[in-house]
Amino acid sequence: MMTAVLNLLGTTPRARRRALWGIALILPNTIGLFVFFGIPVLMSFNTSLQEWNGIRPAVYIGLDNFERLASDTRFWNALSNTLQLLLMIVPLEMLLALGVALLLNQQRLKGRAVFRTIYFLPVVTSTVAASVVWAWIFQPRFGLLDMFIAPLGFTDIRWMTSPDLVLVPIAAVAIWQRLGFDMVLFLAGLQSIPGVLYEAAIIDGANRWQRFRYVTLPMLSPITFLVVVLAIIHGFQIFDQVFIMTARTVPGGVGGSATTLTYLLYDSGFVRSQFGYASAVAVVLFAIILSVTVGQLRLQRYWVYYESGEAQ
Amino acid sequence: MNQTQTIATTRQPDASPKYMDIGIRRKILVYIVLAFGAVVMLMPFIWMASTSCKPPTELNQLPVRFIPQDPACAINLDALYDISPLFNSYLMNSFIVTIGRTLGQLIICSLAAYGFARFRFPGRNILFAMCLGLLMVPYQAIVIPQYVLVRDMGLLNTLPAIIVPNMFSAFALFLLRQAFMQIPIELEEAAEIDGANPLLVLWHVVLPLSIPALAAFGVITVQAAWNDFLWPLVAANTPDTRVVTIGISLLQGERSTPWNLIMMGSLIATLPMVVLFMLLQRYFIEGVAMTGVNR
Repeated sequence: MMTAVLNLLGTTPRARRRALWGIALILPNTIGLFVFFGIPVLMSFNTSLQEWNGIRPAVYIGLDNFERLASDTRFWNALSNTLQLLLMIVPLEMLLALGVALLLNQQRLKGRAVFRTIYFLPVVTSTVAASVVWAWIFQPRFGLLDMFIAPLGFTDIRWMTSPDLVLVPIAAVAIWQRLGFDMVLFLAGLQSIPGVLYEAAIIDGANRWQRFRYVTLPMLSPITFLVVVLAIIHGFQIFDQVFIMTARTVPGGVGGSATTLTYLLYDSGFVRSQFGYASAVAVVLFAIILSVTVGQLRLQRYWVYYESGEAQ
Repeated sequence: MNQTQTIATTRQPDASPKYMDIGIRRKILVYIVLAFGAVVMLMPFIWMASTSCKPPTELNQLPVRFIPQDPACAINLDALYDISPLFNSYLMNSFIVTIGRTLGQLIICSLAAYGFARFRFPGRNILFAMCLGLLMVPYQAIVIPQYVLVRDMGLLNTLPAIIVPNMFSAFALFLLRQAFMQIPIELEEAAEIDGANPLLVLWHVVLPLSIPALAAFGVITVQAAWNDFLWPLVAANTPDTRVVTIGISLLQGERSTPWNLIMMGSLIATLPMVVLFMLLQRYFIEGVAMTGVNR
């Protein structure tokens, strides 16, 4: 018995000693991850099947929370708001980031480092501070935005209290804060494209657009793929902007018009103490993000080009 | 193979390849577009700084002025502490939490990453795969059970409630393991032959050789910890445990708080990260490239 355990660790004394060291080294992080991340994942699924206010004993109610979710206009509204935000944020954020990266990638461009710094600065700013500033920018009449749109005939627009407009300022913060992040990834991608490919394209008589279309875009597609996935995942998790920007008027927006899935989760769990219902939202959020990731992994073979000829 | 070498060697180090050359008119256009974008990106910072120095009378003045007629920076700073007397303590809490989370992750995850990178033990691969699986879990999806756990441990509304769960990271484990595996193993073996135990090898050989990766990971963690909002909001939202992001949200939540004071608070909370970024820019950029590319 004893020797069986020892042999499991290794056949030589040195191998056994190193196996024990290895276990000792990984133990703290593994235990911590298990306690604070592994168990909560299981708890999330478990609580989603319960009626629980966090204090009184929980009662198992089967799939009732999910049934309630399916017939709850607040949930569908939150899902629709989140998708609308994604549609506003992801394409714009990526196009702008790619544009800036392409411009910065030109050779002999003086001041490239300065531009990169400026475009990246919002990334290191807290979303809370960013949301506060943008709330002030979008303030009717006296906000900075009014200065630019008033001459066009738009003035005194109540962005935060208008259900049709409230997602615009929220998207603005997200785009402003993510652009630099995507730009850095695109720049890294552009710089890893071998120069010989462009030289070969020139010899073949390809013009600037053709070089972009047939060299840059395919060579960049693994990075583009990554940026899309990260941007979508980030979009599903938007919370701080909603919390901060609607705090002065109606939290979550008038009639829930700014409520995202994550905000709904927070509101159900920590404001209304419906832990079971909030956990059901969490399970749905988890399922969505998982299917986006898996779905993209499957889709990538149709548009992502890997030089080795194999998907990652 | 030979051909690529020729091309590589014939290219002058400073001369750019021809395909990237752009005409002077095009170049000016590029600069104009980039400069316009830069102004847009900087505008919120300028607006923040400008507002934070405006006296209340100038807040609702049209047309908008960027340089206050009657600068009131010092007055606004005092006024901020009048309506938020604990603002310095919020800053201090943010500082403690940031240091705790970053050091904790660097130490605990370095140990684990080294263990997974260089040691064989039963169950290693399955454990590592399980840790990686956690990367797929969005943080928001487990915030409720984490809250319940921290509450049941009696940590609720203490600074450790914010720090402890964030000292462990699957992400750090993954990144640091990658970095450690790139170090030539002969160096570690030589140290081991000299009688050093694995902890000494890690400290004297592996970590010094991984400083760029540790720094890149460190600044990303510092930034995430300083800017975190949702977790501190649910885990430690009492006057003596609040972090600065919550402090700002409280200013914002009071409808009566004037914008100049809110901007002053945001400016103070933003400055440390901006300064850190200016000083360690290279590592921030590397950190993003690393986190993105490896994810």
